[in-house]
Amino acid sequence: MGEPTILLDLEGIVKEFSSVRVLDRVSFGIQAGEIMGLIGENGAGKSTLIKIISGIYQKTDGVIRLGGKTTEIPDYITAKKLGIGIVPQEFNLINYLTVYENIFLGSELHKGLLLDKASMRSEAGAQLKMLKMPLDVNKHVSELSVAEKQMVEIAKAMILDARILIFDEPTTTLTAVEVQTLFDLMRKLKQKGVTMIFVSHKLQEILTICDRVTVLRDGKLVSVDRVEDLTTQTLAKKMVGRDFNQVFPDKIDSTGKSNILEVENLSSGSVIKDISFTLRKGEILGFAGLVGAGRTETMEALMGLRKAEKGSVRIQGKTVKIRSTKDAVAHGLGYISEDRQGKGIVMNYDIPKNISLISLKEKYLKRGLIDKAKEDEASEHYIKEFRIVAASKKSQLRFFSGGNQQKVYLSRWMDTDPSILILDEPTRGIDINSKKEIYEFIHRLAEAEISCIIISSEMEEIIGMCNRVYVMREGRMAGCLEKEQVTEENIVFQATGIKKV
Amino acid sequence: MGENKIVSYFRSFRFKDHSLGMAFIILIVIATFVGWPNFLKVRNLTNILRQISYTGIISLGMTLIIISGGIDLSVGSMAAFVGGISIFFLNLFGPTSTLGIVLTFLFALVLGSACGALNGIMVSKFKMAPFIVTLGTMSIFRSLIQYFSNAGTILSVNMDYGKLGSSMFLGLPIPVWCFIIVGLVLHVVLNHTSFGRYLCATGSNEQVAKYSAINIAIVKFLPYVITGFTVGVTAVMWSSRLNCINPSDCAGYEMDAIAAAVIGGTLMSGGKGSIIGTMMGAVMLGIINNMLVMGGISAFLQQAVKGFVIIVAVLLQYNNSNK
Repeated sequence: MGEPTILLDLEGIVKEFSSVRVLDRVSFGIQAGEIMGLIGENGAGKSTLIKIISGIYQKTDGVIRLGGKTTEIPDYITAKKLGIGIVPQEFNLINYLTVYENIFLGSELHKGLLLDKASMRSEAGAQLKMLKMPLDVNKHVSELSVAEKQMVEIAKAMILDARILIFDEPTTTLTAVEVQTLFDLMRKLKQKGVTMIFVSHKLQEILTICDRVTVLRDGKLVSVDRVEDLTTQTLAKKMVGRDFNQVFPDKIDSTGKSNILEVENLSSGSVIKDISFTLRKGEILGFAGLVGAGRTETMEALMGLRKAEKGSVRIQGKTVKIRSTKDAVAHGLGYISEDRQGKGIVMNYDIPKNISLISLKEKYLKRGLIDKAKEDEASEHYIKEFRIVAASKKSQLRFFSGGNQQKVYLSRWMDTDPSILILDEPTRGIDINSKKEIYEFIHRLAEAEISCIIISSEMEEIIGMCNRVYVMREGRMAGCLEKEQVTEENIVFQATGIKKV
Repeated sequence: MGENKIVSYFRSFRFKDHSLGMAFIILIVIATFVGWPNFLKVRNLTNILRQISYTGIISLGMTLIIISGGIDLSVGSMAAFVGGISIFFLNLFGPTSTLGIVLTFLFALVLGSACGALNGIMVSKFKMAPFIVTLGTMSIFRSLIQYFSNAGTILSVNMDYGKLGSSMFLGLPIPVWCFIIVGLVLHVVLNHTSFGRYLCATGSNEQVAKYSAINIAIVKFLPYVITGFTVGVTAVMWSSRLNCINPSDCAGYEMDAIAAAVIGGTLMSGGKGSIIGTMMGAVMLGIINNMLVMGGISAFLQQAVKGFVIIVAVLLQYNNSNK
């Protein structure tokens, strides 16, 4: 055994955006055939670094060596040709094309002048089979679930015979079972000699799948370690730059408190069937299940965003009819969507405009016109309360980090004075510090007798926050777990339908 | 204190944020030189304003439609249609009725709004593509007015109707006053009412608006009604100027209305726009035209210059939004 060969060597990589330095002389090497973890808080420079490697951004200074040779990667196409594939965090799929057309987009197979659709179909099918995702390659991407779309992204990156495969936070949208499938696949690829870079926020995942981990903080390289030498604690400390103890606040016991919300036999189309559950006053209730189990759809039906054919809803003992989202808001319901950028914030609005969007008519009108001074005042309050970091409250939300966007989104719903707040994947794609702040905030809400429902695919989040957890499976309620029953094992059993042995 | 404010204003002054105002000033300077000394004459300036006011009024409504993510190609045909039918209505009252003129004005506003509502219902309720819907109604309105007029000019029998469109008030023509008043009202609507806020949010991201308890069907419907209303104003101003309507009048108004909005900084993709910007855009188009006439450039080239200006405006927008 000689020295392991360095496949991709980065030396003194510098990147500046209009003279702001986001990467500062980052140097490390990636060995052939290893899985290198890349971790850091939002704004640490992970995304910038992998965009440089995959040709999307150009480095300001530094050298990239690929297989020992100094290499320039001027664009995405060159990266592709060099065998560098990327599975992006935001999907780059075209909804109106089919699965196989997306997989081969930009690298179509030809038979003479015409497209060789038969080969593309069969190759795409084989690729998906290897991913253990038996998708119909003729389906349109618009019909796929989030997890399925991701599999298509992976297949798309793989079809190029990539030597280096970059995963940019691939697990944010996946459930525990799907993450396992992804990891199995990554191990298989590793055996085939594919080198991988795995970007994630999740410490446990990094330690499970990677051989080595590179930590970035504020654009600088902190360390490169073998995972055997690390624990989640030490890794978190390196990432944040200080001690990081308990993520979750103490659980709140709501046993014996009265029900604020009772839902019975809620059904909507073929996606959810006969869903019944109760929510207590000041409770933090969990909703677990696989992606596509109907959790989001249940809440959308409750919020009047989706038509419910059947079912009754009682709030504080009184039966209510919710025909529109406006009705739901009037009854004190709030819903924070999992799709923050697609359904949550208005990207080209500043903080005050985003916060007042729902409560505008109730709170901020003065003789029919918007009272902007009052809007600003309210924003100041939320900026302080949630510690929102922004250059100015007048800057547009598209310049914000994920964590700060989420805080603004939360502020908007808090401004409607909800008595029931539904949080759908509240910490998806945000850094660990903001996560902790959001957990603490939910805790404070519950203490103030505001009831919360958390939908999450992150098992530890549900287990860490909730005393009572409903588990859904294939559009139906699979069961309810309480207190000591709330364990990873029990949730997985109920979510997948596999009986306890 | 005051001095500091001025200093800090100029320190944070970025040309990018004020490109429209800069372009406006530069254009006036150029026009002053090209058209010296006639350009700066009051008579010429009021003339420019009168010329742009007809399409200018419509461009104000069009701005709201574009912000909502839509487009309205039918405004020119609609103006001819509303103008023609309104003259039929006016003629019912005989040659000297002042009441007739007042009622006709109101009639045109209602008819215009109704025509706009027709577009709006198809876009918001039946979720059809605005481009297709208004392409269809563009054809329908034009065809109907040609049918009703037997392809001839519709003359007004009222002796006083013509005064409405050709008189001056406080030194400015009546249509210019209409342009200014409608502009100021819609500026307030866009920037200071909940409807304006919902409009930009819906244009920026419909899903976000829906998930924020906003009734997007109404928000997408109203801009078409408002545009219909502005078409009604223009129809009266135009028909009273000539005291008649020709069924081929007002063709191509949609182009000028869209151009003014785009030059004024309204994003074609929706979500962002400014009424004041559109007003400046409309005036700039007028100045360019005027300058070409004074510079002795062929009238046939004027449309080409207009097209060029639109393309440059969109190019600047595109570059700015990518930074």
